[in-house]
Amino acid sequence: MIGPEEGVMQSRAQAMAAMLELMTDQLLIVCNGFPSREACKLRDRAHNFYMIGSMGATAGIGLGLALAQPEKTVVVFDGDGNVLMSLGTLATISALRPKNLIHVVFDNEVYGTTGNQPTYSRVVGLDKMAKAAGYQNVERVWEREDIVYEFKAMLGEDGPSFLLVKVNEQLEEADRIALSPAELTKRFKGSVT
Amino acid sequence: MLEADDFVKGLQGIGFDFFTGVPDTILGGIIAHLTEERLYTPAVREDEAVAMAAGAYLGGKIPVVLMQNSGLGNALNVLASLNLIYQIPCLLLVSWRGFEGKDAPEHLVMGETMTTLLDTVRIPHRTLSQETIVEDLKWTATTFMEKRIPVALLLKKGIVKTIQP
Repeated sequence: MIGPEEGVMQSRAQAMAAMLELMTDQLLIVCNGFPSREACKLRDRAHNFYMIGSMGATAGIGLGLALAQPEKTVVVFDGDGNVLMSLGTLATISALRPKNLIHVVFDNEVYGTTGNQPTYSRVVGLDKMAKAAGYQNVERVWEREDIVYEFKAMLGEDGPSFLLVKVNEQLEEADRIALSPAELTKRFKGSVT
Repeated sequence: MLEADDFVKGLQGIGFDFFTGVPDTILGGIIAHLTEERLYTPAVREDEAVAMAAGAYLGGKIPVVLMQNSGLGNALNVLASLNLIYQIPCLLLVSWRGFEGKDAPEHLVMGETMTTLLDTVRIPHRTLSQETIVEDLKWTATTFMEKRIPVALLLKKGIVKTIQP
């Protein structure tokens, strides 16, 4: 992977790698498409749950998990296309106020897995929508240093938190997830309970 | 007619401990009771409810999703590309609007085709009745545990008491 330069927008994989390094016992839900493949390649762990389909459901899954496991911190790695598909979930999360939920959105302003068709996040600020909905902490970041700083802060404070990470369109070469969906469920659930 | 609290106790008796969903009139009594007992987490769409239930299951809960049958359409993608392939079960407690064509026009198509739709996506289902409630719940628990996929209990008008008589 190319080392990130100061003041330059990261690729999603670079931003993701910086956050994965900071994670210890947090549970992680990763959205469908390349994000799951990249996370699996960068730092696979039993506490990671990778989605391969059901676009739009990522934050809902994270929310249900956060409510079921209030003593554990739940991190969601989401995408702009996914969030736009289920904007109502921003309201549900804000209303239910799970303190242990960190909603990270890698915003590359395109449907990257299907050929970079533009999304509306280019003109609609997802962080503004999260703020308006009522997330406890909301930040927008571009640079590695800020990504690390804000994510670290969110790991230590009460949520729900929303971290919008503006990334470029670059995809990391990454294979499909080797484990079957049923094996992923078994592994993740076994690591939680 | 079954009392809502007895019905909820029945569900709890076979292990269900996480309830989410989107309201319907037929489900009104059950949701009112669940809310009173602080057991109900409202969702804004049926696919969100199924996603939340999936997350809760991953976190050790045994989830129920309440919805009107029109919501099955909203939930179909999550059911097909998450629950069914990941073997993430939940109980779908689905009100049967449009049963035998006796309902408002918007309910008629889904009312007529719902069981075919469930069969097509291979979601096991059973229609709840007061006479067979014990077997219905036993079937629910057994199917849920054995298959580890969503199972549906269909609820017609007049089986469980609701808030509007």
